[in-house]
Parts: sequence; structure tokens; C-alpha cells
Amino acid sequence: MVSKAPINSSIVVESRPSAIEKVCKQILSKLKANGFDKDDIFAVHLALEEAFLNAVKHGNKMDPTKEVKIDYSVGLDKVEISMTDEGEGFEPEAVADPRYGEGLYKPGGRGLLLINSYMDMVKFNERGNGLYMVRYKEKPPLTKRADQTKV
Amino acid sequence: MAEIKPRISVEYAEKATIVSFTDEKILEERDIKALQDSIMSVVEQTKRIKLILDFGNVQFLSSAVLGLLIRLSKRIYEHDGQLKLCNINPKIFEIFKITRLTKTFDIYKDVESAVEDLSQAN
Repeated sequence: MVSKAPINSSIVVESRPSAIEKVCKQILSKLKANGFDKDDIFAVHLALEEAFLNAVKHGNKMDPTKEVKIDYSVGLDKVEISMTDEGEGFEPEAVADPRYGEGLYKPGGRGLLLINSYMDMVKFNERGNGLYMVRYKEKPPLTKRADQTKV
Repeated sequence: MAEIKPRISVEYAEKATIVSFTDEKILEERDIKALQDSIMSVVEQTKRIKLILDFGNVQFLSSAVLGLLIRLSKRIYEHDGQLKLCNINPKIFEIFKITRLTKTFDIYKDVESAVEDLSQAN
């Protein structure tokens, strides 16, 4: 069933990489119900996985006593997700671009690039321990839209 | 009843060793570690291995898998081997393009073209 009002939910999960699975299931099923297509679902799934792994590994340093808070809202045209860990935070601008130089041959450091690539808006809080990301529903192809706007 | 699936299947062809991922999603760190151990043991068993990784079953992966591929390729090249990837679906290929790993890995359309390329090189 399509939800007319955005769905606002808040979940707190433990610092265990697999804990994101149930959160993904919840959010992705709501995206499906609201008519988001496969590309949107793939993108949000990937961003959730990457953001959560960063929060658990780099933020909470795998400390089992720390948690990750996830707030989300699934509307008809966009999905908004906030994720906050209990870590000290980091400076996103200071993260090396993994696409160039030695970064290309390093095993890690690609999560943030993928989040930025698959979500339409990505913002961090001042401390750097909280992420806010948005993806708008995939628009119909340009040619179709051009046809629709013809007078 | 929970199905216990092998994480990879290994096929020994004349010119190459073909490892196929059997899972649709490769995400969890412990799964990736298990995968790495399994593939590394295949790599260690064959001198100058010519390894083809078949992604035909894979529908979703995270950046942790890219890390595994990089560690694996380092090990293979240290042993004068070769690594080829193939059968990557368009959505996953997009991840390789975004991260520019299309520049570091030899990627082929299918197993046959990867095998053919290995045959021509020798």
C-alpha cells in the first residue's frame, strides 16, 4: 500500500555489522511500497550498508557498548536517512579520494565515495559523527518527460 | 530449514582456474573473510595461477568486496599470476566504474572471453 504521508521512524541498533540487515529490510520494503524503482532500491541499500559499516568500524570502533541511531522518512518522492554513531567524528573533506594515486590500490576507503555517488544529497553534522542523506525517486527518462511537457 | 550454501565453486579448465561466487549478495564481513580465505587457498595451491572470477550470480556487493579483490590481486601478481573478472551485472559494474577499479582490473563479458584472452596471451 502506498503511504501518502512520509513514514518517520527511528531505530537504534548495536555496533555489529550484520545489525543493518533488519534496518535495510524495513526501509527497502517501504521504498518498494512507495513505488521507488530497482535503481533507487539498489542505491539506498548500498548507501545504508556503507554508512553503517563506517559508523560501526570507524565511528564506534566496533565497541559493543556503543550504538548507532538511524532515523528515516520515506515519502512518495524522496527518502531521507540520518545515521549517528557515538564516535568522535571525522572530517569528510580530509578523506583521500580512493580513485587516484595510491588510493586506487588500497583495500579500503571507498564507502564514502559510494554514498556520495548513489545519494542525491549527503551532509555531515559539525562533529562528523552524524550523516544525513537523501535520494529522490528516479525520474522517468528525459525523452518521456519531454513528451509529457509538449503543448 | 536453513540452506548451507558454499560460497564459491571452483572449476579447473585447461588454461585457467575459474572461481564462481555462488551467493547473490556478498555483504557481511565474516562472509567476505571466509571468501577471502577460500580463494586465497585456491591461489596458494597453483603456481602462477590464471584465475578467472565469475560474478554471474552476484546481484549486490559492498565496498568491502572491492577490498577483498584488491588484496587478492596483489597476492596473485606477487606470485606472477593473472586475475580476470567476468560476468559482472550492469549495476555492479557501475560500482567498479565509480571507484575507477575498471582501470585496475581486467574485466570481461563472460568466462569464455576471459579464457580466450588467457589462451592468446600464451
